Amino acid sequence: MKHTFSISALLAIIWLANSGHYSGLLLAFGAASVALVVWICHRMDVVDHESQPIHLTRHLPRYYAWLTIQIIASNIDVVKRIWSGNSTISPGMRRFPVNQKTDIGRVIYANSINLTPGTIAIELTDNEVLVHGLTQSNLDDLDAGSMSCRVDKLE
Amino acid sequence: MSNLLEIISGILLLLGSGLIFTGALGVLRFPDIYSRMHAAGVTETLATSLLLSGLMLLAGWSLVLLKLIMILLFILFTSPTASHALAKAVWRHQQHETLREKSHDA
Repeated sequence: MKHTFSISALLAIIWLANSGHYSGLLLAFGAASVALVVWICHRMDVVDHESQPIHLTRHLPRYYAWLTIQIIASNIDVVKRIWSGNSTISPGMRRFPVNQKTDIGRVIYANSINLTPGTIAIELTDNEVLVHGLTQSNLDDLDAGSMSCRVDKLE
Repeated sequence: MSNLLEIISGILLLLGSGLIFTGALGVLRFPDIYSRMHAAGVTETLATSLLLSGLMLLAGWSLVLLKLIMILLFILFTSPTASHALAKAVWRHQQHETLREKSHDA
């Protein structure tokens, strides 16, 4: 029930933000289209804790703040390496264990790896992730596990 | 006040454009496909965020601001998934090639 409410609210906000017209008729059309989409989502059986992870909402801002700093730091690092040339990079691949228990936790972890330039998640299985790093130190940082640990706390 | 906002927005737009140029340079410079994807990652994370933030400052408190925020969120949610799909496609292709070479040798 709370997931239905959350997806309806989300769709309503998206509709209102994109429309900009607030006459009665158009609002009614908007409400009808939101209702239609929610009904279709129910039929597809995708309205659950995975598409609407509202149980994460409380901890997300903190994680996003930390992730933003990581993204900026790794961007600066990659930009430096682009300008100073190929001699400064040492690409490599490594497999890391994945401790997250839920699917959504694993997805957040892999997406965070991809969002920070310098590391790309290539293959994600139930308990392992194959990562390509631009330098060995990128891979070592990931190996230290502070990102994985923070995602653990999130889920 | 509005003058100050315009200056900050100009700086953000300039930085964003510089980063997009850097990303393009990296794509040309780096030796293999994965490394090039790291360079492209610069354009799709920080460069896009800076460009959109610059535009947000120009938009002021309006519906345009809300739309720009939505664009930024959608990009940040979808681009890692897209780069994962690309990396996985390359990885699969390479595995396939190695297997074929081995069967050729045998």
